[in-house]
Amino acid sequence: MLEIKHLSYKVEDGSEILQDINLTIQERFVAITGPNGGGKSTLAKLIAGLYEPTEGQILFDGNDITHMSITERARLGISYAFQQPVRLKGLKVSDMLRLAAGKEKKNVDYCGYLSEVGLCAKDYINREINASLSGGELKRIEIAMALARSTQLTIFDEPEAGIDLWSFQNLIHVFEKMYEETRGSIMIISHQERILNIADRIIVLKDGHLAQSGSRDEVLPELLGTTKEACDILLGKMGGTK
Amino acid sequence: MDAITMNLLKEVADLDALPTGAYNLRANGKGAGRNTTANIDIVTKEDKPGIDIIIKPGTKKESVHIPVIISETGLKDLVYNDFYIGEDADVVIIAGCGIHNCGGSLSQHDGIHTFHVGKNAKLRYVEKHYGEGDGLGKQVMNPTTVVYLEEGAVMEMETTQIAGIDDTIRTTKGEIKAGGSLVVKEKIMTTGDQKAITNFEVDLNGEGSAANLISRSVAKDHSRQEFNSDIRGNAPCAGHSECDAIIMDQGWVGASPKLTAAHIDAALIHEAAIGKIAGEQLDKLMTLGLSREEAEEQIINGFLS
Repeated sequence: MLEIKHLSYKVEDGSEILQDINLTIQERFVAITGPNGGGKSTLAKLIAGLYEPTEGQILFDGNDITHMSITERARLGISYAFQQPVRLKGLKVSDMLRLAAGKEKKNVDYCGYLSEVGLCAKDYINREINASLSGGELKRIEIAMALARSTQLTIFDEPEAGIDLWSFQNLIHVFEKMYEETRGSIMIISHQERILNIADRIIVLKDGHLAQSGSRDEVLPELLGTTKEACDILLGKMGGTK
Repeated sequence: MDAITMNLLKEVADLDALPTGAYNLRANGKGAGRNTTANIDIVTKEDKPGIDIIIKPGTKKESVHIPVIISETGLKDLVYNDFYIGEDADVVIIAGCGIHNCGGSLSQHDGIHTFHVGKNAKLRYVEKHYGEGDGLGKQVMNPTTVVYLEEGAVMEMETTQIAGIDDTIRTTKGEIKAGGSLVVKEKIMTTGDQKAITNFEVDLNGEGSAANLISRSVAKDHSRQEFNSDIRGNAPCAGHSECDAIIMDQGWVGASPKLTAAHIDAALIHEAAIGKIAGEQLDKLMTLGLSREEAEEQIINGFLS
């Protein structure tokens, strides 16, 4: 689905945010994690077209999208939910969901998308995307827009940021449902163990390099400092079962 | 009515036919139709061009349409309209001026509207200015609105100028007594070489009086806009003005907000922001599949909605 070849991104002052990233992603649920400043959001923005790489190539379903515009990539089936959602004075929640759902869709299920993310449609549908909405509310609307788009690849950039932990537990099912009900793939940048726990594959970016990449069972125990061996010993001693 | 008049009526008053209820249609400097009701009287002035609109106290749920249409090139029209809204009335007045100028001369409409809003009356006043033309003649409009609000009177004014007016000086003045409240929502878009100047002056004279001026504007191409406001708090009152402008191409926008407090309990606030469309706003809409041009259009339409 997604092939990333020798991808690098350098900023004007010469510092390299991403260096020679190589990845082939076939899995439908991929989590990207790693320390702050490791290059996770940059990678997402390079895939969605918000940044253009200094070197390398990105292939989406065999198409070279490296130099395509944001619009072209969106129309090919890539969605990107921002880490910090944008405010748009005058545009309403209903306008954004309608634009996300696309011109050809006549009856947009505003209510369905909003209730999925824990918002009551009646209270929000006519609200403007302005400063009257809290960061958490904007974040949920951002996720609802991704649901309305329902594209082949949806990238969520730290969906948990700005949402309280209690509410986030409820949002996890949104990603699970999306995984089950759509044929699309999900790429989530996250630090949340609960997200990493439901991913097919985990990619760790650190200092602009690919530090680790593998299945959940391979990567997660190491990330959590609990290797399989350590678990086995612990469970054995306590007479528990795995 | 001919096709041009019908089209202008549609643009300025959203009318497909003559309205129901009270109305006064002025076309090319002359009266072209009038209807009054039991509660709303419309009388032609004798000393100068214009009309008096008199609304009886307690009139509820009625509306008055007073569209002005100019389709003759080179016509300069000056009109004085005075509105007397009786106590406790609750009405809507829809004004609007449309110019169709397909000749080479300047067409101009200057409307001076004075509102006397009685005690505890509620008025919603909507005005829309629109110009079109395929000639070289300019379309000019200089609307002046003067508002006197008695105790507890509430007026909400929505004024829109989206297309086709080359030069405009829009002046709004208000004097507000105790408990009165004036809300003005202005939307302007200028293109080409158009110029628009907005002047607001409001005196908050009574205890608990309030004014809220909200201006949203878009200046495209080489157009110029100026926003001047002065809210004077002469009593315990609340005044707020907000000027938001999007600047595009080689547009020019100046905002000069002024607040004058002459009472210790006058609470006055001004907010102004001028800037281009933020790159991340365009990015967001483009990630939804819109082209850059479509994204700009959505942002401007939303901003001016």
